Amino acid sequence: MSSAAATAPRSRNRFRGQQRENRDAWILVSPTAIIVVAVIVVPILWNVILAFQDKSFTSIAAEGIFGGELTMDNFLAVVTGAGFWRSLWTTVIYSVLSTLGSIVVGLVAALCFRSPFRGRGALRSMMLLPYVAPVVAVTFVWQVMLNPQYGVLNHYGQRLLGWDQGVDFLGRAPFALLTVIVFEIWRYFPFAFLFLTARLVALPRDIEEAALVDGVTPSQNFRHMVLPQLMSTIALLSVLRLIMTFNKFDDVYLLTGGAAGTEVAAVRVYNQLMGSFDISSAAATALVLAIVLAIFLAAYLRLSARAEDRS
Amino acid sequence: MRRLQLEQRTFAVLRWLTIAALVVVTLFPFYYMLMMSFVPIQELLRDPGMVFPAAANLTLGTYQDVLRPLDEGGQGFAQFMRNSFLVATATTILTLLLVIPGAYAVSRLRFRGRRQVSALFLVVYLFPAIIIAIPLFVGFSALGIRQSLIGLVLVYIALTVPVSIYLLRSYFDTIPMSIEESARIDGASRVQTMWHITIPLARPTILSTALYIWMIAWNEFLFALLFLVAERDLWTVSLGLSQLADGIEVAKTTLMAGSVLLTVPVVVLYAIAERGLTEGLTSGAEKG
Repeated sequence: MSSAAATAPRSRNRFRGQQRENRDAWILVSPTAIIVVAVIVVPILWNVILAFQDKSFTSIAAEGIFGGELTMDNFLAVVTGAGFWRSLWTTVIYSVLSTLGSIVVGLVAALCFRSPFRGRGALRSMMLLPYVAPVVAVTFVWQVMLNPQYGVLNHYGQRLLGWDQGVDFLGRAPFALLTVIVFEIWRYFPFAFLFLTARLVALPRDIEEAALVDGVTPSQNFRHMVLPQLMSTIALLSVLRLIMTFNKFDDVYLLTGGAAGTEVAAVRVYNQLMGSFDISSAAATALVLAIVLAIFLAAYLRLSARAEDRS
Repeated sequence: MRRLQLEQRTFAVLRWLTIAALVVVTLFPFYYMLMMSFVPIQELLRDPGMVFPAAANLTLGTYQDVLRPLDEGGQGFAQFMRNSFLVATATTILTLLLVIPGAYAVSRLRFRGRRQVSALFLVVYLFPAIIIAIPLFVGFSALGIRQSLIGLVLVYIALTVPVSIYLLRSYFDTIPMSIEESARIDGASRVQTMWHITIPLARPTILSTALYIWMIAWNEFLFALLFLVAERDLWTVSLGLSQLADGIEVAKTTLMAGSVLLTVPVVVLYAIAERGLTEGLTSGAEKG
């Protein structure tokens, strides 16, 4: 009897405690939530509206930012334009090859640095420099090194490898995209290196050592013992890098400005906005970029959920 | 057995060759940047293959030239560095003030909408920055804050919130609940517990998060370009370097000195924060 009498106020207390926790939490979290909504979510939604209007800087001056009718014309014109698909295709090649390359190089580096040697810690930290250094500084150095007239690479290419003239690595069509991809691999392999090293450190070593005693060769060991245990990290890295590279603006813009077959979608958006002041075309291109990304993510999530069900 | 020995020997050699190649390729651009920043431009044009310049040819003139204000014939990088420093520092302080309570709530408290809020902080990170660039450009112009450092700080806060929440939250998650509960039983309020118990415990993580935010803000390029390109007085170092590198008026070795000035603060902070950062960022990966 007494226990029933005691639970009633206690559960009311708990209810009140829960309510207070709820209120406290929202007080703590709302400043962050508000700024994210104001600076990111609202602009994203507004971008969708802009994509279905026909706006330029002059029409905004005339009708204000909220005026203007909704129309499919602008969106359709962008999606059916030839330059748009070329740019999307460039983006796909650029992001897939950069992601693949940076993970492969990062994996090779992580394996090479796996067993200790003198100076390993210091070298490992230095290997992360391309990833942390300011993008404007490193693209500038690359531009100077690759310059056809006074670049150090062309100098030795002509002197030692017998190139008959300076190669315009960032200004000529087949080279430029390739160079941008190589740059991206250089800048982001440290990211893969970092994650794969963390995973390798966590692997139990005793099974491998036992296998080594039994005469398992290094390549067999890698294929059957190490690689399978790295697969989940590699999958995570692929998704992260693919998304980040797909959205990338800085690197390509700074290296080539989108010239010579390197106009990836984000650079195209910028050129439409600042080059031709065509707000609505820029917004439509950006919207399609986000949609393609969302489709890719949804497909990935579904596939990985199915893989999890199976295992 | 022969295959085993053959493989062991080849991989032993290949391993060192690969390490050497990786180190050279990774670090050479940084060495080249540093070296070129002390070389007069005539030397570079005279001998483009120069990799080890003679000590007699080195100069500090490039640094004087790049730092001096524009009206004294320099490039005004001292001003750019001041702008970048102000923006990065303001961003760091304001983001931390927002994010510490936010990450605490998401990690510690049960509330309606918790899952949605944490999903929101992650999902916004996946959108291309360029998609918010257009409306922000239009909206900030209308509000009259586009060509100001304040507008830039506002954007940088929003851009650094997701990763800061991620770093802090994964640390808060590792602090046992029982520590806080005993403080609560002793009568401390929620804010007191957070302030006196949780935050001091998380101080190393807060420090590395702060340095990470600072580095992101210092390095940022797209929004500085979009908002401030017409206002030379407000240029950040990244923006200033990229704008001057586009032209041919400024000597490349002078701009190398500018690149060094842009890179050095980040490298120094990275050296301080490295441990905490690499552990924080990869904390998800170790579990596999």
